[in-house]
Amino acid sequence: MARVLLTRLNKKYDETHAVKDVNLEIRDREFVVLVGPSGCGKTTTLRMVAGLEEITSGEIRIDERVVNDLPPMDRDIAMVFQNYALYPHMSVYDNMAFGLKMRKFARDEIEKRVRQAADILGIQALLARRPRQLSGGQRQRVALGRAIVRHPRVFLFDEPLSNLDAKLRVQMRVELKRLHHRLETTAIYVTHDQVEAMTLGDRVVVMKDGLVQQVGEPLELYGLPANLFVASFIGSPAMNFAEVAVAESHGVLWAEAAGLRIRIPPKKQAALARYAGQRVTLGVRPEALRVATGADAADHAFDSTVEVVEPLGNEILLDVRAGANLIVARVDPATRVKVQERVRLALDPERLHFFDAKTEAAI
Amino acid sequence: MIEGAKWRKWLWFYLPLAMFILGLLFPFYWMVVTTLRPDGELYRPWNHAQYAPFWTSDPTLDHVKNLIQETLFGVWMWNTMLIALVATLISLLCGVIAGYALARLRFRYAGLLGTGIFITYLVPQTLLFIPLAEIIRNYRIGDTPWALILTYPTFLIPFCTWLMMGYFKTIPKELEECARIDGATRWQAMLYIIFPIAVPGILSAGIFAFTLSWNEFIYALVFLSSPEQKTVPVGVVSELIRGDVFYWGPLMAGALLGSIPVAFVYSFFVEHYVAGMTGSVKG
Amino acid sequence: MNASTGVATRGPISRMLEREDALAFWLLVPTLVLLTLFIAYPFVVGVWLSLSNATVGEPGGFVGLKNFAKIWNDSIFRTAALNTFVYTGVTTVFKLALGLWLAVLLNRHFKGKAWIRAFILLPFIIPTVLSTLAWKWMFDPTFSVLNWLFWKLSIINTRIGWLSDPDLAMGCVIAVNVWRGVPFYAISLLAGLQTINPDLHEAAAIDGANRWQRFWHVTWPLLLPVTMVVVLFSVIQTFADFQLVYVLTGGGPANATHLFATYAYQIGIGTGLLSEGAAISLAMFPALLLVVIFQLWYIRRVENR
Repeated sequence: MARVLLTRLNKKYDETHAVKDVNLEIRDREFVVLVGPSGCGKTTTLRMVAGLEEITSGEIRIDERVVNDLPPMDRDIAMVFQNYALYPHMSVYDNMAFGLKMRKFARDEIEKRVRQAADILGIQALLARRPRQLSGGQRQRVALGRAIVRHPRVFLFDEPLSNLDAKLRVQMRVELKRLHHRLETTAIYVTHDQVEAMTLGDRVVVMKDGLVQQVGEPLELYGLPANLFVASFIGSPAMNFAEVAVAESHGVLWAEAAGLRIRIPPKKQAALARYAGQRVTLGVRPEALRVATGADAADHAFDSTVEVVEPLGNEILLDVRAGANLIVARVDPATRVKVQERVRLALDPERLHFFDAKTEAAI
Repeated sequence: MIEGAKWRKWLWFYLPLAMFILGLLFPFYWMVVTTLRPDGELYRPWNHAQYAPFWTSDPTLDHVKNLIQETLFGVWMWNTMLIALVATLISLLCGVIAGYALARLRFRYAGLLGTGIFITYLVPQTLLFIPLAEIIRNYRIGDTPWALILTYPTFLIPFCTWLMMGYFKTIPKELEECARIDGATRWQAMLYIIFPIAVPGILSAGIFAFTLSWNEFIYALVFLSSPEQKTVPVGVVSELIRGDVFYWGPLMAGALLGSIPVAFVYSFFVEHYVAGMTGSVKG
Repeated sequence: MNASTGVATRGPISRMLEREDALAFWLLVPTLVLLTLFIAYPFVVGVWLSLSNATVGEPGGFVGLKNFAKIWNDSIFRTAALNTFVYTGVTTVFKLALGLWLAVLLNRHFKGKAWIRAFILLPFIIPTVLSTLAWKWMFDPTFSVLNWLFWKLSIINTRIGWLSDPDLAMGCVIAVNVWRGVPFYAISLLAGLQTINPDLHEAAAIDGANRWQRFWHVTWPLLLPVTMVVVLFSVIQTFADFQLVYVLTGGGPANATHLFATYAYQIGIGTGLLSEGAAISLAMFPALLLVVIFQLWYIRRVENR
């Protein structure tokens, strides 16, 4: 249980500035997920916390103690790697016991802890086996077990589920969450998968090009993205974007584009006032769209032509074209539309997002 | 893929392969036959009516007995074994840790040192043997096994280093990183995690180094003078030829028996030997 | 004992070795010491020797390039120099061609492949002087099995002085070197062949290439890096070769088969003229250096293609 504090953390490799001025506070017992596309700096940040990369500038504190110059073995952390990194020449038991042996724990204490961890993870039967005899899921558990026995202050996870097949991944995600509830240890988790980020994190840190884009609870990132990137990264299928012009008509602001004329919702009118006559980016999630009925007001609906119909069983994804824009909508599975048909879609005015066309920040 | 008539397969595959095998192995067969041939048969000229080269009707172990009892062959064997083993051990020790340093650690001059070690591999013994003879003599280790034990590593270490470098590079870095997070120091991670995994590579390097030691000649020829100190290659060539007379029987027996230890070790570790040889070429 | 961290103390040496450069230094020190003592130092001594007039027993003094001038005017030295280049060039060509052929043959699946591959390496494994002795016996003019063979095949009537005829002797030396080297080439090239993805051959075949074209356009370019490394090693070893010629002909007949190394031995150790012997040895260096530089450049070029 520990608090991790990153202050103005930077990492430069020769010419590449991989991590730029990252400030982050990870509270005790919190499960924080660093998420972003490859090359965004999330893994580098994690490795700096682990002590596997040198810090160019900035500070990392674990429980008030500055750890910048401490070798990994002194930081009291444990890490689970993407490729499991199990020692191939040792049995599962010895793999899990290795760290404790290096720290000169007593034999019976080691035995106690290994068996305890094995129980938690359900791998008691595998203790005598070698890694090459295990399946991917089993290896991942052993990697987890090796981290658990150490009772570290902080768990570090480097894309641990990426090498598992889809079904196993979903399973392990749930198990990880249960594990975290049980162990209550501070954890920093790196992934490129936003689904993992949303389901696992108490808070999520979205990174891009070495910079932190937004930090917040999952639903906060979903509902109130701070910029275009976060809005497009979180949520699947991704948010729809359209370039619109802000036009004033009788004291009310409208968002206009070819084939689209939407009244800007009241709570956004003030913020968008200074964009009158300019272009902004409008964002609306597929789940905020539905097929319009007679009851829907005209100022929150638009006409479109259906281009692709993707029936998923629990819903239908409609790829439609409105003017120059391609839009994806998630609609009721009972909807009956055909390709090339004209369909009118309504959007939820409470769930519209606007972004500055130049800075991409949310308005 | 040779498609088509069976005769084509015979012509393009079996025949050439057979010729290669025949050509490559015949001298050894000749060694064996000569060793077992009595002197009377041995010294028949080539156009003698009864010249029967490919077998002997009267096999004898006289030459072998002669070799073992009348000459210092046993001593030479012992010397060569000792020198080869100790030199290999020293070279492995140095080469494995040097290979690890160059493959895994980042430090200034890493590239330079790597190239430097590679270049020394390309400095042949025949370029250095004369000044080395002087140096060996001045330090009074001439005519002792130490002269060879200390100089053989000069061509064994670069090879071992290079081989191990290639091998270490195939071991994932995460293993060391994980070990260090688990609580190991750098050298503990190296020793307890990486080296055990690298055992096949170490074995390959060791076997190859062992055979290279046996094959060395010029240093052994120049640095050793007393018959009791000689190694098998030097002893067989220098002591079994009295004046201008070649005693072919014992000579071939010596050649045969001298080849056996190396062939024996090789036969147990063929895969490792080939891995060592091809590893150094591909690495 | 601290329950959550165990004992985390480490001695001062361990801590010092945590730094990459410190650990690297200590890991490399034994190697560097040995190589400096027994390669760098002798090299310098060798250069000094070649520039002096030292003999066994007499340290001598600096004489500049006199030794080099002397050996340059020595016809035997010039023969030896020429021989070495011819020897290296001819054997390399043959070893490469035959080794490649054998590698291609071995690159198929057939019964007993592992055995054959193991046996094939014997000429390379067995100590050179011992197998060369067998060849010397096979070449012996009075008792040669080869003479017998050719006689039986009615090719000759009188004996062939394999090692007593200067040109034939050179041919014999080349033949034995090729015999010894083919396995090394073959097995190394075989390993290289096996790393070439068979899909490439199939794609080429579908594209319409015949066997020869497939070899020339697919196999050969992909094999080139391995080939160059093998050739590099082999050229250096062959250029500096000693054992084979020493045992087979001793440099004769009439100094016709001398190489740099054997002549250096004869002059330096045989007659005790250390300084001249050193000069002959060192004469190898420029050519070797050029070969190495050329090959390294070529390898780098092939790898960056």
